[in-house]
Amino acid sequence: MSVKPNPVFDPATPAPAITVAPALEVAAAPSPSAEPDSPAANRPWRRMPAMTGRYLVRVAALLMALVIWHFAASSGFNFFINFENVPTPLLVGEALVSQLSSSEFYLHIVHSMERIAIAYAYAVVLGVLAGVMMGRSRWAEDIILPYIELFRPIPAVAWIPLAILMLPTEQSSIVFITFLGAFFPIVLNTVHGVEQTPDVLVRAARSLGASKRAILWHVVIPGAMPSIVAGLAIGMGVAWFSLLAGEIISGQYGIGYFTWTSYTLVKYPEIIIGMLTIGGLGTLCTLLVRKACAPLLHWQAKGGRP
Amino acid sequence: MSTAVQDNRLAVLDHSRLRAKANSKGEGRGHISVRNLHIEFDHQGGKRAAVQDAQLDIRPGEFVCLLGPSGCGKSTLLNAMAGFVSPTRGELTIDGKGVDAPSPDRGMVFQQHSLFPWKTVRDNVAFGPLMAGASRNEACSVARTFLSLVGLAAFEDAYPGTLSGGMQQRVGIARALANYPSVLLMDEPFGALDAQTRIMMQENLLEIWREFRNTVVFVTHDIDEAVFLSDRIVVMSASPGRIIADIRVTLPRPREQALLTSPEFMDYKRQCLELIRQETLRAFQQQNGGH
Repeated sequence: MSVKPNPVFDPATPAPAITVAPALEVAAAPSPSAEPDSPAANRPWRRMPAMTGRYLVRVAALLMALVIWHFAASSGFNFFINFENVPTPLLVGEALVSQLSSSEFYLHIVHSMERIAIAYAYAVVLGVLAGVMMGRSRWAEDIILPYIELFRPIPAVAWIPLAILMLPTEQSSIVFITFLGAFFPIVLNTVHGVEQTPDVLVRAARSLGASKRAILWHVVIPGAMPSIVAGLAIGMGVAWFSLLAGEIISGQYGIGYFTWTSYTLVKYPEIIIGMLTIGGLGTLCTLLVRKACAPLLHWQAKGGRP
Repeated sequence: MSTAVQDNRLAVLDHSRLRAKANSKGEGRGHISVRNLHIEFDHQGGKRAAVQDAQLDIRPGEFVCLLGPSGCGKSTLLNAMAGFVSPTRGELTIDGKGVDAPSPDRGMVFQQHSLFPWKTVRDNVAFGPLMAGASRNEACSVARTFLSLVGLAAFEDAYPGTLSGGMQQRVGIARALANYPSVLLMDEPFGALDAQTRIMMQENLLEIWREFRNTVVFVTHDIDEAVFLSDRIVVMSASPGRIIADIRVTLPRPREQALLTSPEFMDYKRQCLELIRQETLRAFQQQNGGH
């Protein structure tokens, strides 16, 4: 089937707009930095140094904190904030090397990661499900929302006693507390995303013969996806937050347990190792969530906003 | 524009499906009948009539514009035909059947931002055929046909957000037509476009319609647009929305841009302007009197 496009609308022949570009280039030549009309994305060789420059600044900012920490700790700075008991970065580095060579440190990490994985999987499935139901059905929203409003402000730590009393194992208590942390941001962001579905898109789908289920699948969920993904990323952060609360109070392994026992055993460098490990793992997991969800938002990356 | 190119372009349409729209008596489908139609909305605790006592009979294959100032209920009347709004009283039938829900047989083109931003242009157009039960391959091939028809075959893999407003509207038209609807409902589809693009869109629409010959109901507040496009202009007045005139436009077809400056065109335009002016003045006086 050969089709000749309407010449009036033929997009294959680009309009004279192209000829404007060289003129701009000439005009902008004396000051290459000021080129508002030529997006940096088209010029990787110019964008690269700009971005590496910014990364250098970020690394430098972190290094500066290390230097300040070093001098404060080694001079025993004590004015309102007390650095006398804080180990120097070098001591922490030495302790880190010895921890990295002990298998127990990895066991702590594996235990924490396992709890995160189980709790997060439940939170994603139940959170998105509940969120979509609440966003689509008034009944579901009226039944579920009061619970969410009531329980959401309760911090993870406050759940610890009840979780220990009600759940069979220590592991399940910690997983439950972690789950709660991840669940609320996911469910609320999903509801928000689903309720934001533009009415015109639903009407368009209906006029094209879409069933309710097709509208959910082709319109509501893809439309809510940016918001759901934001919820998933926030949920991951809060999951780590809550996991730590659970592990500090109970558990035999886990990076939170490691941090807290280091304090009771007066192993101060290990406290800082524990904290930094939590920060690192939390960031890594959030990054993984974002990377894993990126294909779902492919259309946004391609300028898909209407 | 050479007719050879156009014929080639339109040859890809499924002509058996186009012909199928005519029934055994040789009458086309897409007959819209509106009797004593009232549409009311809840408004600040009370009721407010958006459409009042509308009587309208649109023959199969007719191109009708609903013309009127903003807020005159022309979009409401169109939405009732689409099945998005239920009439409060009166009767609204299409080919003898009452309208109670949207149907792919009544294609709808919206003012703007109605494409699915997460679907490619091709998948947007393929959506209707897919919902009608076509296989993915069939649906995509129908989509390509209709994208060629509106001159956007080269953009099938693009996402709507990367297209200009005019291109998006052409995709919207292709998407509505991909179901071979007997009625095409258009709600100010070119309202957000610049004047140059609008003229081209109007010409393009008329070409496509010449082949489809389905019923078109086109809502606009632009008098030039209404005269240029339609067989009939149904003029509506503001609050409550009433039909105040039904003007038959007998300008010859095919119509092209040159028509816009012809004396006959000006006569129709003057007639519409006068009607709209009276109505707008009346509405102003009502508003001022109300304060």
